[in-house]
Amino acid sequence: MKTTRHPRTTGYAVFLAPGLLLSLLFLVVPLVMTFYYSLTQWQGIGDPTWIGLDNYTRLFSDADFWASFRNIAFVIIGIAVVPTLLGLFLAALLFDYVGKKHGDGLVSVFRSGLYLPQVIPVAVTGLMWGWILAPEGAVNSVLETIGLSSLTENWLGDPDLALWIVLGVLVWMQLGYPLVLFMSGLQRIDPELYEAASLDGASWWQRFTRITVPILRPEVYVVLVTTTIAGLKVFAQIFVLTGGGPGNATLVPAYFAYQNFFERADVGYGSAISSTITLLVLIIAGTMLARQAREDG
Amino acid sequence: MTTDITTPAPTSPRPHPPAHPGHAAPQRKHRDRRTTGSRRSPGSYAVVAAVTLFVLAFLAPFLVILLNSFKTSADYRANGSLSWPTEWNWSIVSEVWERVDFTQKLVNSVQISLGVVLIAVVLALFNAYAIGIGRVRWRTAFLVFFLGVNVLPQEGLVYPIYYIFKEMGLYDGKLGYTILVGITYSAFGTYLLSSVFASFPRELIEAASLDGAGRWTILWRIILPMSWPTLSVMCVFFFVWSWNEFLYPLVLLVSNDNHTVPLGLSVMQGQYTSDPTSMSAAALLGVIPMVVFFLIFQRSLTRGLTAGAVK
Repeated sequence: MKTTRHPRTTGYAVFLAPGLLLSLLFLVVPLVMTFYYSLTQWQGIGDPTWIGLDNYTRLFSDADFWASFRNIAFVIIGIAVVPTLLGLFLAALLFDYVGKKHGDGLVSVFRSGLYLPQVIPVAVTGLMWGWILAPEGAVNSVLETIGLSSLTENWLGDPDLALWIVLGVLVWMQLGYPLVLFMSGLQRIDPELYEAASLDGASWWQRFTRITVPILRPEVYVVLVTTTIAGLKVFAQIFVLTGGGPGNATLVPAYFAYQNFFERADVGYGSAISSTITLLVLIIAGTMLARQAREDG
Repeated sequence: MTTDITTPAPTSPRPHPPAHPGHAAPQRKHRDRRTTGSRRSPGSYAVVAAVTLFVLAFLAPFLVILLNSFKTSADYRANGSLSWPTEWNWSIVSEVWERVDFTQKLVNSVQISLGVVLIAVVLALFNAYAIGIGRVRWRTAFLVFFLGVNVLPQEGLVYPIYYIFKEMGLYDGKLGYTILVGITYSAFGTYLLSSVFASFPRELIEAASLDGAGRWTILWRIILPMSWPTLSVMCVFFFVWSWNEFLYPLVLLVSNDNHTVPLGLSVMQGQYTSDPTSMSAAALLGVIPMVVFFLIFQRSLTRGLTAGAVK
């Protein structure tokens, strides 16, 4: 029947079948299983015991869970907000000022340098920073050499400092992404617009706020949404740098879930944590998609 | 929103995107220079110097581990982390290399990443062919589906996958892991390629169809060659992503012989506290392969980023 009704399109369904089936099997089935586990008590062996929403009520009164959410707010500042602001400024500076006066060659060298951390495995950059900030690491060694040994710290071991340090490392890792995206967005700008603005006496800062930033709005939006989602998923950086510690000072939900899955064999509870994150991510992504669909008409 | 997706990366090996106004209109650039005050001045040199300093400071961590990976512990303790090594000592790097069996880790990472790229690209190509060219029914729904699975956090899937893999005998094996990551990336590839294919000249396909070309022939002879610029960028990105994966390998590739580069090096942490420079050497070993890769594929990486991320 179908072949006679849709002769043009049916032949193509064959191409979609394997990809769709595999995605269902490897991605959707586990997703549904996690949601199911989140409603049970289970140690990973034997049969899960149905306990309804108990894991979720437990989450709400769990200080570690709230700490992980407070920390995720910091992570999002470090991974989304600061790199976006810094990236906007640097992109405009490089494109509009340095590039015009000193050539594109110099600009692309700068851009590559700032983008480099983006291609190094996060676990490796985490290892690198972990070594630099270790008690016997590079930073303390420098401080001692220049006679400021009173300023040496266990940078990642101090509960008041660790989160700020992690935030700084995240900014360092992330800066290249908005920078490259913004610099390519800037190529859309008609150079005559800048020219006219400068002839009218607009300063560099005025051109930045009145022309550059408004034109880059789509890119800013994309960067903020995608990096916020990435922020919710942050795991390797924390695993390698601090292990969530000291205490729960740098605990993030993904790592908290991992601990429950694989260190405490509390699979049901871990599933409740990761289901919460998954829902949040889907809501953010869905909002972005709906907004895009509206804009595209 | 504007998008680069519909305009595949140019194939010409020119160092800069042709869209750049400076390259497109050299004559106007010359005029710019006179009319808009684009001359170099002491102030502009100061800005360049400041940016140079910033970039150098930004890259300093790499230089620091490069310096310290070749120092003996005694040298490090005596002269600190910023001094030039009294003697370039390769033994620390080579000792770490042997201890983590770095050759094996490199082989694993290359094998896995190539497998992931192959699986992801083939699946994405098929999916997008059906959605973008074939315009199958419910194609929008399928696209939304692939977009949705693309954003799913791995921590939301990892436990059931760990459990299923154990049941199926795929646990702690490179095959199952490679398939899993390949499928994960294919969702993104499907989304990207579908929008490229949607703007594909239909006359070409119809003409080929009239000439008696079947769907396989069209895919193989027309679509594949024409979408190669996008596909090659995708390959580069999937390779980097796969190389850098952490949570899945941590859970699914537990034995030493199956470790990838980042995993193999990260488990070394904490084992070398007595030797302050061997962690630096480990970090250096992890950094080098991707720096080399970056230098080779820099253009694809920076251009592909805009193609993939916008929208």
